[in-house]
Amino acid sequence: MEMLSGAEMVVRSLQDEGIEHIFGYPGGSVLDIYDAIFQSDKIEHYLVRHEQAAVHMADAYSRATGKVGTVLVTAGPGATNCITGIATAYMDSIPLVVLSGQVPTNWIGDDAFQETDMIGVSRPVVKHSFSCRTAEEIPIAIKKAFYIASTGRPGPVVIDLPKDVQSPLNKFPYEYPESVSLRSYHPTLSGHKGQIKRAVAALLSAKKPVLYVGGGSIIANASKQVLALAEKLNLPVTNTLMGLGAFPGQHKQFIGMLGMHGTYEANLSMHNADLIFSAGARFDDRVTNNVDKFCPNAKIMQIDIDPTSISKNIHADLPIVGSIEVVLQQMLDLLEETQATNDSESINAWWDQINEWRAKDCLAYQTSETHIKPQQVIQALYKVTKGDAIVTSDVGQHQMVAAQYYPFKEPRQWINSGGAGTMGFGLPAAMGCKIAFPDRPVVCVTGDGSIQMNIQELSTCMQYNIPVVILLLNNRSLGMVKQWQKMFYGGRQSHSYMDSVPDFVKLSEAYNHIGIKVDKIEELEPALERAFELKDRVVFIDVAIDPEEHVYPMQVKFGSMEDMYLSKTERTDA
Amino acid sequence: MRSIISVLLENESGALARVVGLFAQRAYNIESLTVSPTNDLTLSRMTITTEVDCRATLEQMMKQLHKLVDVLRVSELTEGSHVERELMLVKIRTPNAELRQEVKRTADIYRGQIVDITPNLYTIQLTGACSKLDAFLATIEDTSEIVEVVRSGVCGIARGEKALRS
Repeated sequence: MEMLSGAEMVVRSLQDEGIEHIFGYPGGSVLDIYDAIFQSDKIEHYLVRHEQAAVHMADAYSRATGKVGTVLVTAGPGATNCITGIATAYMDSIPLVVLSGQVPTNWIGDDAFQETDMIGVSRPVVKHSFSCRTAEEIPIAIKKAFYIASTGRPGPVVIDLPKDVQSPLNKFPYEYPESVSLRSYHPTLSGHKGQIKRAVAALLSAKKPVLYVGGGSIIANASKQVLALAEKLNLPVTNTLMGLGAFPGQHKQFIGMLGMHGTYEANLSMHNADLIFSAGARFDDRVTNNVDKFCPNAKIMQIDIDPTSISKNIHADLPIVGSIEVVLQQMLDLLEETQATNDSESINAWWDQINEWRAKDCLAYQTSETHIKPQQVIQALYKVTKGDAIVTSDVGQHQMVAAQYYPFKEPRQWINSGGAGTMGFGLPAAMGCKIAFPDRPVVCVTGDGSIQMNIQELSTCMQYNIPVVILLLNNRSLGMVKQWQKMFYGGRQSHSYMDSVPDFVKLSEAYNHIGIKVDKIEELEPALERAFELKDRVVFIDVAIDPEEHVYPMQVKFGSMEDMYLSKTERTDA
Repeated sequence: MRSIISVLLENESGALARVVGLFAQRAYNIESLTVSPTNDLTLSRMTITTEVDCRATLEQMMKQLHKLVDVLRVSELTEGSHVERELMLVKIRTPNAELRQEVKRTADIYRGQIVDITPNLYTIQLTGACSKLDAFLATIEDTSEIVEVVRSGVCGIARGEKALRS
């Protein structure tokens, strides 16, 4: 059998797992692994400028491809800098394996240089973690980590690797396990047959159904089944922020995103529904608004692979544990077998009602002679990219506007931090997507607050020539914070404006990228066209937008789903 | 409502921390927790007593426990017929013959055993359900000074055929 050191085993195990890209930053505790990477020609390593960005890159790489993202960092600050990235992936159920160095085993507990209890610090935000105390444990720990990260409800897994365990001086027999099983871990994939029958019956008898589709449908690659079921029964479909793309945004049965900044028709359909069928969504507080007033007449049917997501916030009358793809296919098969269908008359009446709500045209907005509106920017982006770009975003108003005005055609096209709401996610996320899909247009929609949280990655883009487009909706303020302060804090703008926003064009040029400033609406489309034509350069477009624009619709706090502000002057009847 | 949850989990470093961390992270209350390896040394058995406000919270708590990768089985004991026991050691000051007799008598009534003696102290071992141990302490406190109390927390098991096995 081949004899390898611990460090070599790490790299060989990753190779044997099929890993091609790894994102990281070296340091004292992982020098042996970095030396092994140097000698490997199978794994491409990307050196970031801050470890948080490495995790976001791996995370977005995973979101875009469905593969597991891999990160390598050193002990102490290298490891703790990953925490925000790991928490971001955890909240959105993204499979990651994070390898972190550790001080030698005989120093653990002595407060050694760069010692941090990474297993302890990361515990609340990982799916699982391993600490390897001998080199022989490494291949099996890595195999288990990838298995756990990518199955069931996916999530990040941390592997702590003390320096002495990696030592090149000691060689051990190496064999990478072909498969692995854990007696304590068996995710349920197919749904209970009785529940499937009941679910189909409930769906067929519903007069006002809504199919409520979340990120779980994308993770489970269930878009085909979602579309087939929706079309077969003529169901109205709403996507969560994380579910955008799971159902085509331009489809006539799509009623828009729901929730805090959801459409009027999506939120009213939910509130008035008699059956809400949730596929991989988790009734998050940004969706339900006040749970006591949530959808008073609806029977709740919920599929989720994670039993803890079922009935956590809203009681599910008909729970089904299983993979969305498998369960929906079971339902489709049963429908096919029985040839049963729903009552088209009542569904048509329901659509008449929904179309009345649609006619309100809640996403219409006022343009201005003097200012560019953020909505115009996203619509121009959609037009120039023909709706085909992978769009990543940061967090805030620009994120909501991108979600509302760029109808995503397919899953894994919209990459954002939904659960954690991590500012600084967008740029490294775009880089991760571009590395996965070098031939596709990738754009990061960002704000002047968010972009500065990981702006140092412009340097990584320069080093590896990762030609993403950065589209900055610059309102010289922390727009979403300011919106809340204007609406709920008497207009007191406590620390929500930036009076020292840098010259982003010059900043981009400092990194040898192309910067374009857009102040007038007529400059916008030409700038975007130029940016996407320059396929081998990073282009940073800094668009000065109306700083007073708010995001609407917006749910009224403590209200039901149908209580919304529709503009600065209009709200629904309370 | 008071519940007793039995957990069968991998006997591995970090497994206990994950359970305790889960309770802290999700603001669940732990009244007592006992853990020890089973006859199969690769497994640990844990008994957790907790106070929950409703059935839904208990269900969520059990699902969250089961979600931990190290956990094999989770079950609730108080809903069915079960046996629960706690071990207590109490050090009691017995400065005179009269008190020594009184404490001995009370210990006998509760089926306690004196496991250590000094001229001024009795150390008594008592097992039973929590309420019995509470009642013993209340009785002793009426007449004597309790110097020290240590309780193991509840150990529980279902009656009959029902068993928590891998």
